[in-house]
Amino acid sequence: MKAPFRLERRLSQPKSLNWMVPLLSVVGALIIGAIVLMLTGKNPLSTYHRIISVAFSSRDGISSSINSATPLAFTGLCAAITFRTGIINIGGEGQFFMGAVGAAWAALALDGQPRTFVIIAMILMAMLFGGIYAAIAGVLKARFNTNEIITTLMLNYMAGIFLDYLIFDSKSYWRDPKSAGFPTGKMLNTKNFWPQLKILGFTLPLGFVLAIITAGVLWFMYSRTRFGYEMGVISDSPKAARYSGIRIRTKIIVVMAIAGAIAGFGGASDVGDFRHVLDAKGLQLAGYGYTGIVVAALARYNPISAIFVAVVIGGLTNAGYALQGPNFPSGLVGTLQGLILFTAVAGEVLTRYRIRMRNNQAEVAA
Amino acid sequence: MNSNIFVIIGAAAVFYGTPLFFAALGELITERSGVLNLGVEGMMLIGGVTASWTSQHVHTTSWLAVLISILVGCASAGLVSLLHAFLCVTLRVNQTVAGLAITIFAGGLGLSSYFSSVWNVAAHPATHPINTLNVFGLAKMPILGPIIFHQTILTYFSWFMAVAASVYLFRTRIGLQLRAVGESPQTADAMGINVVKYRYIHTVIGGLLAGMGGVCYSLAIIPNWVDGMTKGAGWIAIALVIFGFWRPDLTLAGAYLFGALASLSATLKARNVHVNPDILNALPFFMTIVVLVVLSGGWARKRLGAPAALGVPYEREER
Repeated sequence: MKAPFRLERRLSQPKSLNWMVPLLSVVGALIIGAIVLMLTGKNPLSTYHRIISVAFSSRDGISSSINSATPLAFTGLCAAITFRTGIINIGGEGQFFMGAVGAAWAALALDGQPRTFVIIAMILMAMLFGGIYAAIAGVLKARFNTNEIITTLMLNYMAGIFLDYLIFDSKSYWRDPKSAGFPTGKMLNTKNFWPQLKILGFTLPLGFVLAIITAGVLWFMYSRTRFGYEMGVISDSPKAARYSGIRIRTKIIVVMAIAGAIAGFGGASDVGDFRHVLDAKGLQLAGYGYTGIVVAALARYNPISAIFVAVVIGGLTNAGYALQGPNFPSGLVGTLQGLILFTAVAGEVLTRYRIRMRNNQAEVAA
Repeated sequence: MNSNIFVIIGAAAVFYGTPLFFAALGELITERSGVLNLGVEGMMLIGGVTASWTSQHVHTTSWLAVLISILVGCASAGLVSLLHAFLCVTLRVNQTVAGLAITIFAGGLGLSSYFSSVWNVAAHPATHPINTLNVFGLAKMPILGPIIFHQTILTYFSWFMAVAASVYLFRTRIGLQLRAVGESPQTADAMGINVVKYRYIHTVIGGLLAGMGGVCYSLAIIPNWVDGMTKGAGWIAIALVIFGFWRPDLTLAGAYLFGALASLSATLKARNVHVNPDILNALPFFMTIVVLVVLSGGWARKRLGAPAALGVPYEREER
């Protein structure tokens, strides 16, 4: 049995593919999602209509979509910069958790200091925690060639258990001693909540603005510096990199640490912008790290595109929260996100190959 | 004597190790064909939720209902793996990302949770759970009774599968050809082996077995569906394949070791041994990292049985 089509390698990549592939991916995912919805007795058109009207049709809607996009922008950047250098860091989830732990610690310990100082300390502490946590997997890969996919995943689960430990199973500094019954973390002083910015009538969390700046810095780093150039060589040809004297092992650790610091930054924003507490359950249910991989893949690992993609995926997440109920089953948003990742991966085929329909006569002639 | 803590841990190791073994065996067979499927966690959850739903909705004698639930669970996970095969074998995409896509799509926040909420699976326990048996009436026999003769039918089937898979891989012609496909698809193709067909079939076999692993969770370990109930078992299963040097027998041993670790928390709690539960919960994940580090060091790497073409798409045109 022969497939009705054949894949031919492309010799050059047309520029238009950069936006065509992500667009087709989303459309394709929505079509497959519609089939899933119909098979389970839901109306796809009305479901999609409600998602778009909640997420993107009003100023408030867009503002809350941007709220949902903020953590995804950070985890998306975290995944993007490692994936594009050929390191599969799936640890954004755990690095985000550790960042939240660090940020909450700084905010609680420095209570009473000026707010700007507290915010900067939260960010630095979060980046340190996330960076070190990611560097563990980086060191193991660089030193022992340990598969980073599995180690980062195991570290995700361990970070989740660490959150449980801090809030539920110990009398830690983060836990509110007054919380009876269901234990919770200590709330931040309202004075240390991160400010919101009003731009063109949209309310933006500080974290989102900082994510845009981070994306700009990363873009610069990867396209305009020696470091970025060397990372490109390592990903395209590790052998060439080694022969030209690039220190691959050090680079792996550095990239992992930077990625972890960015995911940790997201954790700081989670504590400062949104939850104002180390929320062990909420963080583990959100799955920011895994959704960040979807963001990165759809953005084709470009940091600037990752911000835009994060807003689209954030809109989907936001609609998921707003609409959850009997007519909008939980898991639908995750399913759609997974489908988008599928179609984005499948779409990569278009960038490398041309799809040719099989022509029987031509085959015979050949 | 059977209340001795080591006997209890031994019995729990087999009970909790069975799903790990099914999933790892499936991944092993898939990887032997050269396809890496990181979607095990997602496939297990799909198998678990569909089996649980079937168990609630099939009205027939108990053993038949159990059988149908198992088959449905395996088949639906098999369908998901077919998707992976299409992406990796036909479209030749990056297998790592495709596998992640499977887990995100099907996993705890995705399709398995969607099915559970659409069909209201979590509201009721499975109607026909899979219970432990008392084989030959020997369940009370000292030491071996609880460990060997007091397990579910799934465990006995897993032993059959361990033997069958070993024979298949190392003692049959098809198994030899399968390994050839995983080591060097070019050579296999030149020998007249249909690489695409072998990769498709063995990716789906891997899916069926991952589904079986999911069924162990939702019908035997906790016969009441909870979203994301495998809690990372699929990922541990992937590490177990490395741990088992791509061989079914060693993988079975590894599965029981990790089954013991996974069960410690529940076992010690029942015995009123007070250890912080989080340390015990983290133990399987921590040990997975330790094992991987040990096995990725120089001496072990040379002896590993990793298929040479693992994760590499095969392009016939570029031969």
